[in-house]
Amino acid sequence: MSNQIMIKCFVDALGIPQETVEDYLEYNSIPQWDSVAHMQLVAALEEAFDIMLDTDDIIDMSSVAKARQILTKYDVAF
Amino acid sequence: MLLSEQVAIITGATRGIGLSIAKLFIAQGAIVYINGRDEKKVLTIVEQLNKENERAKPLIFDVSDERCVKEAFQQFYKQTKKLDILVNNAGVLDDALIGMVKKDQIERTFAINTFGALYTSQYAIRLMSRKKSGAIINISSIIANTGNSGQAVYSGSKAALIGITKSLAKEVAHLNIRVNAVTPGFIDTDMARSIPETMFQERVDSIKMKRIGHPDEVAGCVLFLASALSSYVTGQIIGVDGGMLI
Repeated sequence: MSNQIMIKCFVDALGIPQETVEDYLEYNSIPQWDSVAHMQLVAALEEAFDIMLDTDDIIDMSSVAKARQILTKYDVAF
Repeated sequence: MLLSEQVAIITGATRGIGLSIAKLFIAQGAIVYINGRDEKKVLTIVEQLNKENERAKPLIFDVSDERCVKEAFQQFYKQTKKLDILVNNAGVLDDALIGMVKKDQIERTFAINTFGALYTSQYAIRLMSRKKSGAIINISSIIANTGNSGQAVYSGSKAALIGITKSLAKEVAHLNIRVNAVTPGFIDTDMARSIPETMFQERVDSIKMKRIGHPDEVAGCVLFLASALSSYVTGQIIGVDGGMLI
């Protein structure tokens, strides 16, 4: 469930198809995942999981896999 | 009321301009989080403000400590889930001629006056961006524009706020978050009253309106920038100085 929610956040914030949201997808590796979209992604994740991320975690969120790893720090179960 | 049910955080709100802004915001229907470092002082002010209603709440943290800001905003988020207005008012004035300025003075002044506003803005913008609405008002100073002997550090820290204001205004305008600054002139606060009497009179004489300003007069301008009255105003630096700088 959490994984689906996270993927939806990526789809909505970056405007990319669901099938492209793979673990290896990295920040700045596609034009859609730039710094502006990254902040929209953060807002979407915070809203969806009702959390507030540390600035360091926002900067560290460099891939889909890393996003999942960071979210677990905030008690999001995958 | 101009700020009905709006949620605001005001840093350095236990006295002077910050307190005046808090009182005016509450009178205009806002729920105001009173920030300060001194827990006792903050709680006393909140108690006083809540005599008429329950719209003041404490938010105790040191703006110059990024970790404290983060924890405070996380606590704030758990309580309220929304933020409409941030007023970056916390500031210190520690004058010295340039040859006598200590490194600690420089670091402390910039940490409170400048870095603090950046830290709070980081978290505030993230909260505001969720509902694509918000207003940030930075309290700079007339000295940021004019400079003053013995105030290289203070003026530098306040001038930086002007650059921050304009940059953030450009960065977050698409999120419908407005960022503006106020540059108060000579305002009747503890800070103004701490200068020698002759200098005090010289300052008053240099004001076109020939009087010192009242903190409430700064608060009025901040209210304008925080409310929907200024819904199409962003990136502006507004002087509240009785014509001291024209």
